Amino acid sequence: MGFSSSAPSGLHLTCEVLVLGGGPAGTWAAFQAARTGARVVLADKGFCGTSGATAPSGTSIWYVEPDPKLRAAAIVSREALGGFLADRAWSARVLETTHAALHELGARGYPFPVDGAGNPIRVSLQGPEYMRLMRKLAKGAGVRILDHSPALELLVDEAGAVAGARGIRRQQGDGWQVDAGAVVIATGGCAFLSRALGCTALTGDGHLMAAEAGADFSGMEFSNAYAIAADFASVTKTLFFKWATFTDEAGEVIPGAASNGGRSVIARHLQKGRVFARLDRADAAMQANMRAAQPNFFLPFDRMGIDPFTDRFPITLHLEGTVRGTGGLRIVDETCATRVPGLYAAGDAATRELICGGFTGGGSHNAAWAVSSGRWAGRAAADFGRRVPNGRVRRGAGTAGLRDAGARPFDPAEAARTVVGEVHPFARNYFRTEEGLTRSLDRLDSQWARLSASAPADGTNVLRAREAAAMTAVARWMYRSALARTESRGMHRRIDHAAADPAQRHLLTAAGLAEVSVAQRPAAALAADAVETRAGEGIAA
Amino acid sequence: MIELISAARCTGCNICVAACPTNVFAPSLSGPPVIARQADCQTCFMCELYCPEDALYVAPTAGAPLGLASEADAPLPLGTYRAAIGWTPATAANRSVDAMHAVLSAK
Repeated sequence: MGFSSSAPSGLHLTCEVLVLGGGPAGTWAAFQAARTGARVVLADKGFCGTSGATAPSGTSIWYVEPDPKLRAAAIVSREALGGFLADRAWSARVLETTHAALHELGARGYPFPVDGAGNPIRVSLQGPEYMRLMRKLAKGAGVRILDHSPALELLVDEAGAVAGARGIRRQQGDGWQVDAGAVVIATGGCAFLSRALGCTALTGDGHLMAAEAGADFSGMEFSNAYAIAADFASVTKTLFFKWATFTDEAGEVIPGAASNGGRSVIARHLQKGRVFARLDRADAAMQANMRAAQPNFFLPFDRMGIDPFTDRFPITLHLEGTVRGTGGLRIVDETCATRVPGLYAAGDAATRELICGGFTGGGSHNAAWAVSSGRWAGRAAADFGRRVPNGRVRRGAGTAGLRDAGARPFDPAEAARTVVGEVHPFARNYFRTEEGLTRSLDRLDSQWARLSASAPADGTNVLRAREAAAMTAVARWMYRSALARTESRGMHRRIDHAAADPAQRHLLTAAGLAEVSVAQRPAAALAADAVETRAGEGIAA
Repeated sequence: MIELISAARCTGCNICVAACPTNVFAPSLSGPPVIARQADCQTCFMCELYCPEDALYVAPTAGAPLGLASEADAPLPLGTYRAAIGWTPATAANRSVDAMHAVLSAK
């Protein structure tokens, strides 16, 4: 493979493509890049195969047979929910690429269930099985995988192009540097240390690194997804709560409470007291289907001795931030390039507004986006990485927590708690107001100023320091965008601007670290058959 | 949260040390790995799936451990999740069981 190895500080490799993140988007990107003959390194913060939001769960995936009528209906059906911000051409591309990828996945060994006629059913994936196979496919194509190797910063060349990254190897206790021709950011969304399943490591690290190299963001106001879970558990599967009856402490049914279209009612009640659920609307056949669809959903219940179909159990809402939100790194063309040469974005780290506008209701679209954007970004990064000249001079682009800018390092745990305190509460993030957002931004802006004027974190703290800095930065792009959108659209809900404003059917770009700026861009032209009618349409509850 | 490593079942292969996505385990020079960073556990149950000996038990509570002292305290036998998804030789047929399509198509 021709990897040059070993620097005094640890591992030093050279390749055409470096992929950061080993979930669905990262593994598809690495697999695709390696198949073009490029040398590829994939660095995962944890273990490629178990890391991220997909591996421990099961997910539906936006798979539609290539019948033009079915495809068109699938695209149109979600436009209102997303606030009419999605782009039909991108949706069509994603459906096409996802279809091809899932057929390939089956051919390479994914055990899709079959219907009565023996035909594979490709509308969902089991996370452990899917990600175990993706690791195997990437390795088989020659990808070198670095597990437990979080990246800390990108490397840039003299012209400002991204040219690699460096990080740490947690289990070796040393560092790594990869000099690459191009980098794909596939580090997932940012869930702000909530207990949502598989989200602990999703702290926006890639967002921060990309911004430090000059990338910008789109749709960061669509970042307030909350998922339903039993209050003692990590496992989120809001879909199954379609069969729930929601009750208060006294056992009275809560009017209007529902998993879809009534989640805000649940949030309102949780601000005052406990909320209980019982999945008593699932009949015996559906109960069996649910068990066969999502064994992981039942683990917490079975282990607590709770029958979720007959027992009432307390629930909570876990913040899923931009993991199930739709904002992320802005994509500038069909290769999933960012505005920085040599830097590509895929999966939940990138904006998903292109196919779902301001709302996702489930894994479906995000799963399809991960596959498609991963394949496109991997191929384009390989093309780019092969063309760059040798002998570029590289420097680290990192800021807060890495560069000597003050007398003392900051306390990562305290910094993380500050961000969590501003983004988890429903009163601040679910039900947004100008007053609340402004107050949060004051704290977050001053925290960023403090973190970026600190001494570098030492070896054992550096990962947590960078996570805290990343969450601070992501929260600022979120809230600055949320403040700029003075309406309610998609999942973005402003209490002080409760209706959708037809004049704001545009996209928002957020950029910057020292100062955050927000600018408008036009959304894709509204199709003749998509009509914004009454006020309030396009607001998802 | 990860609670138990059964010393009786563990062969010291350290697969869990590698497979845990949040680096909770640390290998020990002799015997089973140790739960070195329990607070970092995200209760994703992946370590149970990757353990070929069903030596691990993840308690269902995400916020705090339950305080189980030994395998005998676990409310269910170890290895139930691995069996459910078809990752044991005896249950391999479960790998292609996925009724999500039926859940999704329900009105």
